[in-house]
Order: sequence, then structure tokens, then C-alpha cells
Amino acid sequence: MSRALPLSDLVRMQAARRPEPVHVELAQVTRRFTHPATGEPFQALGPIDLALVKGEFFSIVGPSGCGKSTLLDLLSGLGKPSSGRVLFEGKPVNGVPEGVGVVFQENAAFPWLCVRDNIAFGLRRAGVEAAEVQRRVDYALGFMGLRDFAKAYPAQLSGGMRQRVCIARTLVTQPRLILLDEPFGALDQQTRLLMGDELLKLWRETGATVLLITHALDEAAMLSGRVGVMSTRPGLFIDFVDTGWPADRDSRVVSTPRFGEITARLWEKLRVETLKIMGGAH
Amino acid sequence: MRLLPNVILLLVLLALWESLHLAVGPSAMASPWATAARLASLLAQADTWRHIGATASAFAWSLLLACVGGVALGMLLGLNAMAGNVAEPILMNLYALPKVTLYPLVLLCFGLGLGSKVAFGVMHGLIPILLFTMNALRHLPPVYMRSARSLRLAPWQTAWHILLPAIAGEVLAGIRLGFALTLLGVLIGEMFASQKGLGYLAMTAMGAGDIATLLAIALLLTCFAVTGNALLLRVGRHLEHP
Amino acid sequence: MTKESVIRLCVVVGFIALVEGLCRTGVIGATVMTAPSQMASQLLRVLAAGTYNHDIAFSFINIVCAAVLAVVAGFGLGVVIHSLPRLRQALEPLLSSYYAVPTFIFYPVFIVLFGVGHGSIIAIAVLLAIVAMITATLSGLDRIPAVLRKTARVMRLSRARTALAIELPAALPHLFGGVKLAVAYAFIGVIASEFILSGAGMGYAIAYAYNQFDNANMYALMLLVLLSVTLVNGLLNHIDRRLQRRQQR
Repeated sequence: MSRALPLSDLVRMQAARRPEPVHVELAQVTRRFTHPATGEPFQALGPIDLALVKGEFFSIVGPSGCGKSTLLDLLSGLGKPSSGRVLFEGKPVNGVPEGVGVVFQENAAFPWLCVRDNIAFGLRRAGVEAAEVQRRVDYALGFMGLRDFAKAYPAQLSGGMRQRVCIARTLVTQPRLILLDEPFGALDQQTRLLMGDELLKLWRETGATVLLITHALDEAAMLSGRVGVMSTRPGLFIDFVDTGWPADRDSRVVSTPRFGEITARLWEKLRVETLKIMGGAH
Repeated sequence: MRLLPNVILLLVLLALWESLHLAVGPSAMASPWATAARLASLLAQADTWRHIGATASAFAWSLLLACVGGVALGMLLGLNAMAGNVAEPILMNLYALPKVTLYPLVLLCFGLGLGSKVAFGVMHGLIPILLFTMNALRHLPPVYMRSARSLRLAPWQTAWHILLPAIAGEVLAGIRLGFALTLLGVLIGEMFASQKGLGYLAMTAMGAGDIATLLAIALLLTCFAVTGNALLLRVGRHLEHP
Repeated sequence: MTKESVIRLCVVVGFIALVEGLCRTGVIGATVMTAPSQMASQLLRVLAAGTYNHDIAFSFINIVCAAVLAVVAGFGLGVVIHSLPRLRQALEPLLSSYYAVPTFIFYPVFIVLFGVGHGSIIAIAVLLAIVAMITATLSGLDRIPAVLRKTARVMRLSRARTALAIELPAALPHLFGGVKLAVAYAFIGVIASEFILSGAGMGYAIAYAYNQFDNANMYALMLLVLLSVTLVNGLLNHIDRRLQRRQQR
């Protein structure tokens, strides 16, 4: 599965160190689009090989337009690959599989429902019985610090609180794979750090496999167990960085020297890619 | 090829019209061909052109007054948040009022003829233009005004170089609606307050039960309105993507 | 009460007082306009005597029927047109220049189709109101944020569920704008048709009073139309504000 990868050795090395079973797998995945203006086809992504083991926290950083979000669409079943295979728990992904939760960058809270009903929405539609809905929603409200806002409407909340609602809404469905597409992109820096802590709590709590897409290097360095760096279009993995953080880490790791080293290594790789986009004259 | 859906739609509409004609008979609904023939014969008469001319001049005056008045008042109310908030519900109410009931009052004030027609046209067309202009200004990002101030622009420079270009698209959307409603207002005015114009012609045809003439006038008006609208739409696109 | 409402009230009261003063001092002659106070007292008198009860009921039945029909049919047509982008592209110029054609010149056609009475008037009012609802439905469906539809897919909702539980509530505030306009146009269509063509209704009563030089009753009825429109509008605005408040992001 590592034929086309420049850093295939690194991947195999890491996989070998992890005895846990592979949870999500992409094999030789590509995605081609047609350019809206010229009508010419172009390759947005791949060929990509990637394996996430069960329960790992993996982040993807890359320059804008590198196909990060396209990759997430393929994993969540919101989009189909042009070639290659996407497997979740050993089964090919065809439509959104059961057990996958997605948190988007945009505000996806339903403005016509109060916080409690927002969180309960998915469970009620899935036909979960009322007492169980109540139990899980109460738990999620407490877990995300939303208990005092259960009756508030999204319009009355700050951006960070609204994103908590969306995370809580994903949490109650007890997903085994959580995909996050720049979930804190619209938030200010301090709120981002705190939300990062919430995300780590959620990860430890659920034991789910987490894939986070972000353009913030510090966010990736602080939260993940492993970070994948993507190149400009067509998006390929050019580096994988193991952070080596303990499972009970939190945002305070930013003050350690190791955090600086990881961020520096990510930037070293990304700087070249970003320069290519900006004209590459340097 | 890009116009293919329009052509198909036109054919479908013609087919519907024809089948309605066949269903209810020529005394209730003239066929498309009879209507087109009637329009052609109407347009061959010099008298018809006198009526068209009367409507056109009343419409031109009304539209001019509605645009200038609507944009000017809209800018005043849009820039003063308090005045805008006070005025909006009153304006919405005036917009929803069946203005035809005010016809006795308009007639008493302006008398039979051009004045009343133009008054009716402006009454219908001014408020939508005003509302669009006002709301465009209210929703303008505050950074525009702050940039203008930081560049130390005079008020008229701010209005002309910053505000008008920023809201041009919205104002034009308002003018598109105002265009249609002004025409409607002028025609209503002509139906009651005039002896000239297409509205008067339609009213006489209505009284005589002359369906073919009625539909011919409606067809003429529709063509004019659609053309005017398409032109304004094109200007609008040009403004948005120069 | 907000400061704006107080000022608005002052403006309206001031305007009424001004007209009252002009009428009382004879600047506006009695043949042109009766004073607002006289309009109001005459309105109360005719309402108490029940002179126009039949006409008022006739008009309101028409307005309610026309508004309901226009909202339901306009929404349905809007959904269908929205799902057919090429049809929509072809229809759009017709929709946006629609209001330039005075609908009620088709009255003779409707007389044959629906007879004299409620049917024809409602048909004209529906014709006038339905396009506002279609346009509002189209723009409401356009403005549903893409992320909400994505969320529906992640939650594995069926197409029908997505439409009912996500798309409809998301578009509702915009749809309500269409309802407001449809009601306003139903009002205009009904009163105008009655005024021009009918033998019953408030619009007819105003035209009749005008032809009889009966200024007292004419202005009383105009005041009634104005008050009805204001009342209905106020109610719809109240609901609208509640819907909008939630939607602000």
C-alpha cells in the first residue's frame, strides 16, 4: 500500500510501532475535478495511501487548496474518489457510514432549534428512545459546559459556544471516527486553545479515531499524536511527524521546547509548499 | 444553444395559451395567432401610436421621479439609522396599501390627465426603490464609512465615490422592481384618470368585451416589460463584474 | 416601547393632527377631504349600523382565500421550479417583469372561467400574489447554507426527512417574507378588483360612494382599508421579527 509514497518507509515504520488494528484506510486514492472556467480536468488529490489506527489522533496540515477538505469528503462518504479505495472498519465507504461524525468549520447549528434540541436532533431522527436521548444529551451538555445554555438559541451564543453545540451534537451519536474540517477556523486564538482542550477531552472520553484538518500548525502540533503534511495540488503527503505527547496532554504543552521543535519541522516543510503557491520566486 | 430553455418555455406557454383558448372558446380567450394579428393591426393604426406615446411619456416622467426621489430619500433614511427605523414600518404599510383606493384623492389633487397618471406611477414605483436603497445602505459594512472618513473625504465625495458604487447593485434591483410597478401604476392611472394611453385603450376594450384587443395590449406590455427588465439586468451584471 | 416606536407614533399622530387642522381651517376643502376625526366617527357609525357588513365580509373572505391559495400554490411551484434550474433560468425574466402587466385586465377572461362574484376576484388576487411567493420560495431555498445539507447527509437523513426537518425550517424566515408580500398583494388585488370591476366588497363600496359624491362614507371606508392593512401588516411583522431574531448568525 505504500508504493507511490515518497515517505513510505516512515509510514511502515510507524504502523509497525502500533499494534492496534487499522481503522481507516485509503489506498491509491485520487480525486479529479473539472475546472469550472476552462472545462479542463485536473487532479486535486493523490494518489494517496494512508492508514489510521483505531483511537489515534491524526491531523493534516497543508497549504490552502491542497485538497485537505476533499480528502475529508472522501473519508466521510460525502464525496467519491476518482480512483482507489476508501475503507472504514474494513468495509468500502459508500455514502456516509454509520459511526462517523463530522464537525464543519461553518456554523452548522440549526438556528431554529434551541441548544438542547440541536444536540438531540440526530438521535431523535435515528429513532433512539426518549429516555436514552435525554440521558446522552444531558451528559453532552455537562461535558461541553453548555448546561446553562440548554434553552438558548444559537443566535444568542458566541462562535465558540456554537461550535461546542456542533461538537456535542456529534458526541451524542457516539461516533467511532470523528472528522473535523477546520472546526476552529472562525474562532479567536485564545478560544481555539481552550476548544483544543475540549477536543482532547472528547477524544479521551470516546476513544474514537480523530482526524483533524487545520491550517494552524500550532493546533496540529499541540493536539495530535501524528501530523501529516500535504503538498500543493495535487495533494500528497510529504511528511509525517510523530509528536510523542502523552494521552493526557492539554494546551499547556505549547510551553515545552518539544512543541517548538515540532512546529518548526512542520513549518520547514510547509514553507516551501506555500512559497510555490505565492509564485515560487524565492 | 444557451437560449434553448427559453425557446422551449415560450413554446410551452404558447401551447398552454392555445389549449386554454380551445377549452373556453374565442369569446373568453383569443388564440395566440388572433392576438398577434390583432396587435399587428393595432400597431398599423396611427391612433394606437398616439396612445402608446401618451403612456410612454407618462411612464418616463414617473420612472424618473420615482428613481430620483427613491434613491435620494433612501440614502437619507439609510444613513440615519434612527430615521430609517422610524420610517420603515410606515413605508412597508404604504407599500401594502391598495393604492387604487386613493384614486379619488389623487384625482381631486391632480385632475384628469398627465399629472394624475404620473402621480399614480410614482406612488407605485417610488417606495420599492426607496426601500432597496435604504436597506442596502443599512447593510453596508461599517468599514466603508470608516475608510471614507480616514481618507478625509467630503460628504458629497463619500456619497458619490463610496456609497453609490457600493450599493449600485442593490439600487438597480430596486429600480427593476420599481420599473414594473411604475408601469403598473401609470396604466392604472390611465384606466380611470385619462382619455389617452394604453390603460384607457384596455379599459374601453374591457367595456366592449373585446378580448383580442385586451390580450394584444397585454402582450405588448409584457414584451416591453421583459425587454426593459432584461436590459436592467444586463446593466446590473456589468456593475457587479466590470 | 422603544424610542423608535415613540417617535414613529409622534410622526403619525402629528401627521393626522396636521391634516385635521388643515381640514378644520378650510385649507383643505370639505369637497376634497373630510377631517380624520370625521372619518373615524363616520366609520364607527357605519360599523355600528352594519351598513357595509356585507361588503366587508365579502372582501375579507376574498382576501383570506386568495392569500392562502397564493401561499400554498406559490410555495409548491417555487419548490418545483427550484429543482429544475434550466426552467428557472428561462422563467426568471418573466417572473421579475411580471408586475408590470396589470393583471385585472384579464377580468373578462375570468368572468367566463369562474363567473361573477368571489371566483373571479380571488383568481385575480391569486395571480397578483402568487409570483411574490414563488420568488421568495426560490430565494429562500437558495439561501439554505450548504453546511446544513451536508450535516443532514452526515446524519444519514433520507431526502424527505432532509426536506422537512432541515430545508423547510432553514428557509422559513425567507418564506415568511413571501407570505407577507403575498398577503399584501392579495389585499391589493382584491380591493382593486372590487373597485374596478365588482358589484360588492369594500373596493366597490368606495367606488360607489365616490360616484355618489358621498365623501363622508368614502373616506370612512378608506380609513377602514388603511386600518385593516396596518393591523394585518403589524401582526405579520411581529411574527416575522420573532423568526428573524433566531436566524441572525
